[in-house]
Amino acid sequence: MQDLVNIFVKSIFIDNMVFAYFLGMCSYLAVSKTVKTSVGLGIAVIFVLGITVPVDFLINRYLLSAGALSWLGPDFANVDLSFLSFIMFIAVIASMVQLVEMVIEKFSPTLYTSLGIFLPLIAVNCAILGGSLFMQEREYETIAQATSFGLGSGVGWFLAIVGIAAIREKIRYSNVPAPLRGLGITFIITGLMGIAFMSFMGIKL
Amino acid sequence: MSTESKQKEPLFSAKNKKLIFNPLSKDNPITVQVLGICSALAVTAKLEPAVVMSISVLAVLSIANVVISLLRNTIPPRIRIIVQLVVIAALVILVDQVLKAFAYDVSKQLSVFVGLIITNCIIMGRLEAFAMGNKPWPSFLDGLGNSFGYAWILIVVAFFRELFGSGSIYGYPVMEWLGIYGVGYKNNGMMILPPMALITVGIIIWVQRSRNSDLIEEN
Repeated sequence: MQDLVNIFVKSIFIDNMVFAYFLGMCSYLAVSKTVKTSVGLGIAVIFVLGITVPVDFLINRYLLSAGALSWLGPDFANVDLSFLSFIMFIAVIASMVQLVEMVIEKFSPTLYTSLGIFLPLIAVNCAILGGSLFMQEREYETIAQATSFGLGSGVGWFLAIVGIAAIREKIRYSNVPAPLRGLGITFIITGLMGIAFMSFMGIKL
Repeated sequence: MSTESKQKEPLFSAKNKKLIFNPLSKDNPITVQVLGICSALAVTAKLEPAVVMSISVLAVLSIANVVISLLRNTIPPRIRIIVQLVVIAALVILVDQVLKAFAYDVSKQLSVFVGLIITNCIIMGRLEAFAMGNKPWPSFLDGLGNSFGYAWILIVVAFFRELFGSGSIYGYPVMEWLGIYGVGYKNNGMMILPPMALITVGIIIWVQRSRNSDLIEEN
């Protein structure tokens, strides 16, 4: 249990998707103009990461990695399909996003109207594919670890986008040098937030 | 010669030249279109991975542009995103296998970022915005132009981060050769850390926009 909490906290603060790996920067910069929309996108990202990382974990464990197919019989013990992982992961993500969209539309129309427009955007958010690839690279042992990594990364991304959106709402009233307005100052603020987040680096979990 | 040029547009007409040179400055994919930021920042701590990453993106983007442009009339619009993703993913797998075979160390340093070329918005963005509606040759040039625009930002950022952070250029310890460690100069370890990539790009944007006032945004 303790290792699950450790992975969760570590992926929120120390290995933050935005500040440590710059994943999902495109939508992070494009959608962070107001707090309200960024909360919507952030929740959608937590949701999709929490689902796709465990699913990709199972696919990696039982289909793709070296010797994964041994459950089919001894003849398959030497098969290594890991070169197919990119195309499998992206297919899983694209179809999961579609599926999640349909399920939410059916069971919770209110959530659908608030998340609706963001869900298709998420299929091409690098944070989602990055989550699956990091899961594969770090070789998590159980599905519970993979799930807590997925959820933690999602929460980290959520914190980052809501934080920058709040700052951007306020910075509208400041006198920023004209060439820095918009994109430039957002980059620099994100850099400063990243430096602040680096203070978590010394924590050993 | 003159009759032929009337019927057929020359390979490097003014319009085609624009496709290559516009993305270098006023239509730059990173600083103006805001595409492909994720990978651009993460691989720029040293020059070598930045160069390898640029070459990979160059290969994937120009080939994917040509392929999608050849297929553009046969792709049903409803499933075009899946078709584009499959083409990109196939090309990225090729690039990844080539890197693992010939440049294993760099491929380890780039880690997941080679795979992330699939979701690099620069590629989807150019396919959607250009290759779906243009002939193969202009699409190829557009791919080249945008990857050069992407590459030069990566290389400039990586140059400064490696020079000030590690005191070397492309692995050669220039600062040591200059002998300025003797007079008390120290490498700035901050430059290697991730946040400085963002601030460096912010400064590039600042310089670019102050030279070209058309690009200045309202707030």
